[in-house]
Amino acid sequence: MSTTVKIPATHLETGSRQVGRPLERIDAKGKAVGSTRYAGDYVMPDMLHAKVLRSTVASANLRRLDVTKARALPGVVCVLTGADVPKHMVSTDIPGQTGSWGQNTGQPILVHDRVRYFGEPLALIASESRDIAERAMTLIEPEYEPLPGVFDPIEALKPEAPLVQGVGNVVASQMVRKGDVKHGFETADVIVERVYRTQFIEHAFLEPEVGLSWIDENDVINIHVSTQVIEHFRVVADAVGLPYNRVRIRGALVGGGFGGKEDVTVEIYLALLALATRRPVRLEYTREDSFVGHGKRHPFVMTYRTGVKNDGTITALEAKFIADAGAYVFLSPSVMVYAATAAPGPYKIDNLIADAKAVATNNMYTSAFRGFGAAQACVAYEQQMDEVAKAIGMDPVKFRRKNYMRAGDRTATGVVVPSAIWTEQCVDQAWTALGEPVEVSGPIKIGRGVAACLQGYGRLTSLHDTSEGWVGVERDGTVTVRSGVTDIGAGQVSALAQIAAEVLGVTLQDVAVYNSDSAVTPLAGTTTATRALYMTGNAIRQAAEAVRRRLAQRAAKAFNVPPDDIDMAFSKVFVADDPAQSMAFRDLVRICAAEGIHCSELAMFCAPFTEKLNPETGQGQVHPDFSYGAHAIELTVDTETGEITVIKSVGAHDVGRAINPAAVEGQIEGGAVQGQGYALSEEMIYKEGRLMTPSLSEYLIPTAMDVPQVKCIILESGSGLGPFGAKGIGEAALTPVAAAIANAVADAIGVRIAELPITPEKVVNALREKE
Amino acid sequence: MKRQTVRFTINGEARELAVYPNDLLLNVLRDQESLTGTKYGCGIGECGACTVQVDGAPTLSCLKLAVSVDGCKVVTIEGLAKGNQLDPVQEAFLDNSAVQCGFCTPGMVMMGRALLDEKPRPTEQEVRDHMRGSLCRCTGYASIVRAIMVAGEKAELS
Ligand code: FES
Ligand code: FES
Repeated sequence: MSTTVKIPATHLETGSRQVGRPLERIDAKGKAVGSTRYAGDYVMPDMLHAKVLRSTVASANLRRLDVTKARALPGVVCVLTGADVPKHMVSTDIPGQTGSWGQNTGQPILVHDRVRYFGEPLALIASESRDIAERAMTLIEPEYEPLPGVFDPIEALKPEAPLVQGVGNVVASQMVRKGDVKHGFETADVIVERVYRTQFIEHAFLEPEVGLSWIDENDVINIHVSTQVIEHFRVVADAVGLPYNRVRIRGALVGGGFGGKEDVTVEIYLALLALATRRPVRLEYTREDSFVGHGKRHPFVMTYRTGVKNDGTITALEAKFIADAGAYVFLSPSVMVYAATAAPGPYKIDNLIADAKAVATNNMYTSAFRGFGAAQACVAYEQQMDEVAKAIGMDPVKFRRKNYMRAGDRTATGVVVPSAIWTEQCVDQAWTALGEPVEVSGPIKIGRGVAACLQGYGRLTSLHDTSEGWVGVERDGTVTVRSGVTDIGAGQVSALAQIAAEVLGVTLQDVAVYNSDSAVTPLAGTTTATRALYMTGNAIRQAAEAVRRRLAQRAAKAFNVPPDDIDMAFSKVFVADDPAQSMAFRDLVRICAAEGIHCSELAMFCAPFTEKLNPETGQGQVHPDFSYGAHAIELTVDTETGEITVIKSVGAHDVGRAINPAAVEGQIEGGAVQGQGYALSEEMIYKEGRLMTPSLSEYLIPTAMDVPQVKCIILESGSGLGPFGAKGIGEAALTPVAAAIANAVADAIGVRIAELPITPEKVVNALREKE
Repeated sequence: MKRQTVRFTINGEARELAVYPNDLLLNVLRDQESLTGTKYGCGIGECGACTVQVDGAPTLSCLKLAVSVDGCKVVTIEGLAKGNQLDPVQEAFLDNSAVQCGFCTPGMVMMGRALLDEKPRPTEQEVRDHMRGSLCRCTGYASIVRAIMVAGEKAELS
């Protein structure tokens, strides 16, 4: 049975054969040759085309919605209005796979009587062609009775403001109390105060929302959809009144998400239309539909007040956040938790007050976006750190160093972080990597800025998050992974393959991953909150290790050694100290199969489970763990035109362990550019609630011309809670970028523009005011 | 409206199709020809996801009427590889991890190919300038730019 194989010594020494290598992702080739099928690439015979009719006013009573002409148009098969559909509210993913607590968005599926935002869905149309559906839309005549609206969260807090939602328009709030702030300010030598503002931001994933639904032979509604969360099948079932096991959501590789495909998008509409017509229905958003149709990043007004001693010690911080929730609740409560608890950033501040309020307005609703409240907080705390340093005449990096939270310190909510805190390493390395400044002259000024961040990874621990995953080995030596996880472009699926390959000693090409089907793949939870690798990666690792243990036991018997002496690599199983004693992996699998040894495993990984935060103090555990990182920027400002050019952009992050360093770099590079758009060019502009920037020529995401080569510094503390010590990087990559840019602009021109985006116009105006 | 017959080649194969005068090349490729590698990202020429080649020139298929390609040679992302032999640009995208969600990738690859056909060894600035109409929300462009430059270098070496 034993044959001689030569195991290359280097691989044996490193112990790791797959994890930690910049491997080509298993999903890359199909995408590069155009054979990958996204949700929008599926069609079915007899398929109908759907459209969503949306309101063109932001605040009104819907008096009448006459759809008779649209229904009469030849080729129109079905028109549904609020009167035809259940009143069930549209839900967010909060129920997800977690049963601990639920949350409703408050939004009806279709408007019944009151319109609360521009673009609110009024009617659904299914017809024989796209053109007919479009024509039918023009035949529907909504009759509105205009109502006064409110479009600014601060206005909305006033007692005389029109009521949109909640009590006094407050739809969510979170406070954090720690230490004695009054005393803290009393002992300060200097107090710095400033209001920072951020804007509505659009995800602008390249693939607009799309899906296809049909009812199968078992009366199950199938929905093939581009989503971050296949476990919305429960939400859909609730909405249409079916048992949970009669709705099946099949994901596909997703053309970008960033939080924008976290809430339900087209799923409920598709289910309703399929039920009403008993025919397959396809609904694809246009870019404008997409811009109008999904929630945005919350704009924040952030008032920061920091007390500091002349030696650089921070004595107190008071942070107040007011966020525009738009017309419905969606994920605002969780966003407020993230924001308030991240208010002090990665700094040790013992006297702290943080208050975050989400306020309803008649603007577009706001919900999840990469960074999820913690990104907005970073825009404020990192600008404030620079301003405080300046106020006491201290170098900003040195000032930060004096105040970093370090191992053993407690977070804002009183928890000791379970992993390494490498903020200092990240900041120092990012800052140093800027190197020699470029030469400038005349009206061109150069500036540099840095920002550090913390970002929780894994969902809120009060959600009791779990992830299931299945690993099996086949008799030809290949490995199968099954996981409900969705892949939104960051390489979630490929990372699972790498983990299974590592544990079972095969190559990446030997692993097939079946994912994203709520009926047949083990439910893995959402691809949100930088949790996919942490949660699902751990589940797959657990499952693969269980299989490995059983196989190793059998191999140990064959070689007459203890199971611990068995190693697996290169599709061989061998005695670690004596690789000559070996057999092919597939031969071992065959033996096990013949003897009835279980060759697969379904594992469940559970995050820490906690209660919600103490409502009065905000104390308690929020996230399973945190990632720490930093970004440094060098840029130039043309003081005549206000034009800003980013010259150098460096991200340094402790990712715990880089499962695939190339994928990590991709996250850092992509985050840097999204963060640059956040800082300089992107803004969803609403005027009286109406979207003024409904296209990619009005909403400006960075192009290849606008950005420099990003330098990535990957640090590996090995201390994360993810598989092999990994932390999360998806959100942290973006979080510190905008603040670093804002700090660099202030450094260049000597005035702070505390409102994003920092446009040339604002620069010119600020310079004028300064004179 | 009446359908018209158009004759053109798609990826080297001669096709004769009945299309309406207002049918867009993008929709004809995707719906009639099931060539779904070409993507819809905006429909109004602002993202580049729908880029194909018409007679060798990179073309936004969402702005191109199908009737207007009568007699032309159309190449889509599916037509770039020769069997298992990927185009060097595709190869370089894989080697340089330039693919994330992949939704922009077909358009990016087609644009990259077109640039290298015209200018085999572009500078970084030339690549960035050429790609400015093609949006990517995932990668930050660094890996895409690198991939196109590497594809150019490799072609020169071989
Ligand atoms: S779909 Fe053609 S440019 Fe966007
Ligand atoms: S890889 Fe996602 S848009 Fe480019």
